[in-house]
Amino acid sequence: MSDEFDESSGPELTADEEALLKEMPTLTDVGQARRTFMGQTIAGGMGLFALMLLEKERALAALCTEPGAVFAAAPAVENPVRVALKINGATRTLELDSRMVLLDALRERLELTGTKKGCDQGQCGACTVLVDGRRVLSCLTLAATVEGKEVTTVEGLAKEDELHPVQAAFIKYDGFQCGYCTPGQICSAVGVLAEARRGDVSHVTEDVNASTTRLTDDEIRERMSGNICRCGAYPGIVAAIREVHSGRESARTWRFVEGEELARVRKEWEADETV
Amino acid sequence: MRPFKYVRASDAAAAARAVAANPRAKFLGGGTNILDLMKEDVERPNELVDVTRLKLSEIKAASGGVSIGALAKNSDTANHPLIRRNYPLLTQAIVAGASGQLRNMATNGGNLLQRTRCQYFYDTAMPCNKREPGTGCGALEGLNRIHAIFGWSDKCVATYPGDMANALYALDAVVRVRGASGRERAIPVGEFHRLPGDTPQQDSNLAHGELITAIDLPKSNFAKNSYYLKVRDRASYAFALVSVAAALELERGRVKQARVVLGSVAHKPWRSLEAEAALVGGPASEESFRRAAEAALAGAKPLAHNGYKVELGKRAVVRALMRASRLA
Amino acid sequence: MARYIGKEMSRVDGVAKVTGRAKYAAEFRAPNLAYGFIVLGTMAKGRIREIDTREAERAPGVVRVFTHLNAPKLGPKASTEYAPPRNTREQDKSFRALQSDRIYFNMQPVALVVAETYEQARYAARLVRVSYDTERHTTDTEAVRGSARAPSQGSPPKPRGNPEAAMKAAPVRVEAEYRIPVEHHNSMEPHAAVAAWEGDKLTIFDKTQDVYGVRAHLATSFGVPEENVQVVSPYVGGAFGASLRPNYYPALTAMAARELKRPIKVVYTRTQMFTGHGYRPYTIQKIALGAEASGKLTAMIHQAVHNTSAFEEFNDNTTGFTRQVYACPNLLAPTMIVATDLPTPTWMRAPGAVSGMFALECAMDELAYALKIDPLELRLINYAETDPESGRPWSSKALRECYRLGAEKFGWKDRKFEPRSMRDGRLLVGWGTATGVWGAFQRPAIARITLRPDGTAHVTSATSDIGPGTYTVMTMIAAEYLGLEIERVKFELGDTKFPRAPAQGGSQTTSSVGSAVHGAALAVGAKLLTLANQDASSPLKGATASDVEMLDGRLRLKSDPSKSVSVAGVMRLNNLSEVTETFESRPSPERQKYATMAHGAQFVEVKVDPDIGHVRVTRAIEVTACGKIINPKASHSQEIGGVVWGIGMALQEATEIDHRYGRIMNPNLQHYHVPVNADVHEVETLFVEEDDKVVNPLGVKGMGELGMVGIPAAIANAVFHATGKRVRELPITPDKLL
Repeated sequence: MSDEFDESSGPELTADEEALLKEMPTLTDVGQARRTFMGQTIAGGMGLFALMLLEKERALAALCTEPGAVFAAAPAVENPVRVALKINGATRTLELDSRMVLLDALRERLELTGTKKGCDQGQCGACTVLVDGRRVLSCLTLAATVEGKEVTTVEGLAKEDELHPVQAAFIKYDGFQCGYCTPGQICSAVGVLAEARRGDVSHVTEDVNASTTRLTDDEIRERMSGNICRCGAYPGIVAAIREVHSGRESARTWRFVEGEELARVRKEWEADETV
Repeated sequence: MRPFKYVRASDAAAAARAVAANPRAKFLGGGTNILDLMKEDVERPNELVDVTRLKLSEIKAASGGVSIGALAKNSDTANHPLIRRNYPLLTQAIVAGASGQLRNMATNGGNLLQRTRCQYFYDTAMPCNKREPGTGCGALEGLNRIHAIFGWSDKCVATYPGDMANALYALDAVVRVRGASGRERAIPVGEFHRLPGDTPQQDSNLAHGELITAIDLPKSNFAKNSYYLKVRDRASYAFALVSVAAALELERGRVKQARVVLGSVAHKPWRSLEAEAALVGGPASEESFRRAAEAALAGAKPLAHNGYKVELGKRAVVRALMRASRLA
Repeated sequence: MARYIGKEMSRVDGVAKVTGRAKYAAEFRAPNLAYGFIVLGTMAKGRIREIDTREAERAPGVVRVFTHLNAPKLGPKASTEYAPPRNTREQDKSFRALQSDRIYFNMQPVALVVAETYEQARYAARLVRVSYDTERHTTDTEAVRGSARAPSQGSPPKPRGNPEAAMKAAPVRVEAEYRIPVEHHNSMEPHAAVAAWEGDKLTIFDKTQDVYGVRAHLATSFGVPEENVQVVSPYVGGAFGASLRPNYYPALTAMAARELKRPIKVVYTRTQMFTGHGYRPYTIQKIALGAEASGKLTAMIHQAVHNTSAFEEFNDNTTGFTRQVYACPNLLAPTMIVATDLPTPTWMRAPGAVSGMFALECAMDELAYALKIDPLELRLINYAETDPESGRPWSSKALRECYRLGAEKFGWKDRKFEPRSMRDGRLLVGWGTATGVWGAFQRPAIARITLRPDGTAHVTSATSDIGPGTYTVMTMIAAEYLGLEIERVKFELGDTKFPRAPAQGGSQTTSSVGSAVHGAALAVGAKLLTLANQDASSPLKGATASDVEMLDGRLRLKSDPSKSVSVAGVMRLNNLSEVTETFESRPSPERQKYATMAHGAQFVEVKVDPDIGHVRVTRAIEVTACGKIINPKASHSQEIGGVVWGIGMALQEATEIDHRYGRIMNPNLQHYHVPVNADVHEVETLFVEEDDKVVNPLGVKGMGELGMVGIPAAIANAVFHATGKRVRELPITPDKLL
């Protein structure tokens, strides 16, 4: 960066944003680590987006209860269950409706909205989280059943200011577009890598009796097929997992056609047409 | 989803007693099917007895074969060395189903009990005798591309959608269940599921309150020559149009023993004794497999939109046998 | 030399998305939030006779149950950009929930249950009892195609030449009929809104491609000034056209919030998405092509019929591009519509184009086989050197290059002409090609840039980023023309507090909003130049705005970069804490002299298992000529997305309706199949850039739709090549290939 400008310390936070950043631990329930992470990311220049959202939300959070607001006459939850949820390393004890699935507990009670609801029926994979290190669907997991288990969500994958390798690889290979299925894809990928290390087989494994820990592209595709991406970012997802799994960088699959090549093609058809 | 009481069972006996005591209680295993159906208001239990913490998830060698805990996860079962080595057909069938996440959740017992994927069953606004006896069958003269070609009745044309049970049937597995009174019984997999007849609301021959505790696999001579083929509308994460569990015991190029079980063609895994009879004693050859396939599908009675399953079924049987016998 | 434009750039919102920090509509919190759950009707046409909400109201946690009996009447609907008929002042006739007892389609919302928790609302929704007076319904387009008519808006396109006579006289003719079922967008994010009122002021977080459209819609619905409504939509989890029009839920959510005086959240279930917005209509197309033995087209007759709803006209102009793809003197290409008792269809990725081109490009393949001419050669023979419809020259068109380069890259010369002639072991191999076309649209858009002396810039425009990478591309454009490093530019969108931008649809965002951002950046430079030149000693004295550029904090002469001033210095001298410029870009009148379109050639390989009819698309190459590429990385992802959508449309997708009940029977992702990872292999893209000064200052054309347009036809053609079976009814599922 040139020193022409008055400051060169990265993008400046507005007073609002500074204030919001300070407020973050109170806005989110789980984990102290995130604050550091967010701060670091902002310094990295790309994390402003989360802050913009906080700013928008703050306007709502400041809303007062309107006079005349209508509440349920009988708001009580039937069949409450007391559950100690250990999520991304922090334990929270909540009283939940027995009907509440883990996905809704994360999104509606714990403000961990990184885990996404795509179908709520086990048919898309957007809600994938890791429970005791294994990838599962949080939409079909009753919150009450995870008592005592370790839940890791997308919010818990990055360490301090460092993205998880799978997260970084997804950015590198553009393994997403709209981003909605992405947390589920990433949690699923982390699960897939662990399964591969254990030597688990899949539908495309030629010989289920032979043990291998190597993932071919077809293996990655099959194992990631429980995560639907409607934007169709599958090739980027495969490339990202391939790199994390094997350390191999994937070649670009696009290029510009320029200069001489273009001229040659044009010349060829002119020649064709004179024939 | 209707309100329900959540109970975490401490042991199998208590779990069975709790469910038996309440006609509207259900066991909760992996939850992959029942929670979906509860959200759709298809299943309406008022009590769920969570059995997932019971010690019923062991997979161990037993009397020449292997005993699989009912609460072992599908993925652990498929990847267990005893299964991969001795029953690769079962591994193949399990990993052909659902997705990695679902297989990490689903229990073996729950998988046996998974309900049909008939669209009319899923939609509470539609007639369905399985969901609501007496309302009629929406699929009989409706959209029935994915429905049964064997064993259906005018009350129900739904299929059993699973994969694992087809392999278990081919492998002569036995389901062990325990009733509320503590009485245990063993049900051969082939007798576990029912044909719809006049009571399609009953998928299986399990009594209310009976808990599946294990699935026993006898010693098998099929490990060398078996194959699970699944044909579906996309490459993965979809239910079968037709599937085939094929298992052969070969001796000097001739079939000594055979199993042919078709999936997604009937209300239960559909074993073709006709095909097996056509195979046994004959050579392991494409020609012989074609005859077996003809025999397997000879009795099919397709509906308006699933006639293709007859031809597809034949081809799938041939293909599965070719793979099983390593001719392809 | 550009610093950013044309260079590959990772998404600036990438970290937010991979860490779960990006917030979508349903994820915004508000105090005292209550949850609304929609109750859907169970018949297709008639009236609600009785609706009994007593049991639901008694259920724990229920705040209120809204039905047509107690829901307030909404005001007239504003016509938004994407409300058909477009560009008229006529009132929007789109469906709105709970406004009468009338049932127009099955799975129509009949009640909204609001409760303290989601679980309570979902349960109580099952307790609402409704009885109906039913009327005879029609949902089967096939059954009513005979009553199809021309859309009432606009005059039907005139035939070109004498198509009937030319067809009769054609030495070679092919004629066929093609069918496309109803298809649904199925974005991964379910549509959702969180609405909160403060007196007469509404804030709504909504999943939308058009925040200003939703604002207009809600303002008139509730009789409040537009300024009182703020629509916020920073992230959209895919939309593909399903959020172009305001759907029924934002007004429903805002209505409940207003009545209950507390914030309300409503999220569609996956099932509710199937009637909660439009869909790609059921389309029947009859095509006849006449040609000389040389392959030269002499007549084209392409007639499309698709369904609309009973209460509103929708027309996707299925046959529109047929008029502009090939040079042919005689042509007839009408699109007709027919009413059904279903929701109104809407735009779905590559609307009209992908449907029309599926039929046309399959028919071209059929003609190639009738003529025994290579399918690619046939397209070159009929190459349109100028726009066949208007006779105008193209502003740019490198389609021929695309054909040639694609063929070379794909290895097309090794293709054996005869069907079933190529194999890979026991698999049948097929190679197919098709042409892709899309318009190079541009609409008015406004952007605002604030440049601060610390060298940061804040750029805003109320567009949306449903996935194509708008955040990134606008940041790149601003950084390029402000001469800033990209980390110093913050671009925001998706909020009506920002300047107006068109809906994100029709592949026109980069051309429209990008031009506005470009213009605003130049305006900032011009402003700085004026300020600088107030100083008599300015080295830029005499320069005009077009003579200067900004780079790394200096405003300098393009022709002599040594002559420059410090941007921060200029601001300091003028006691300015920032320079803000707002710029509105409009399509240039110059465009009228040209035909402006984006083109592409698409090649696919399929491998078909002849035993079980399973088709896999094993290779796909997109060769694209759509002007200038700003961010090739995200553009490539758009092309990949187009291929994946093409695979879905060609091989898997169909919304199934039981016409006895007029009800959609597969409203979920287990029965409605979309491609999964294992269905997709490598997709390669070649960008053939066009230097197009006409379309807009950036020289960009749209590409979000383009990459999909030819794919279904290319796949169907490849399946024919592999198997010898011509499947004319999508999707090509295994049962159709036995």
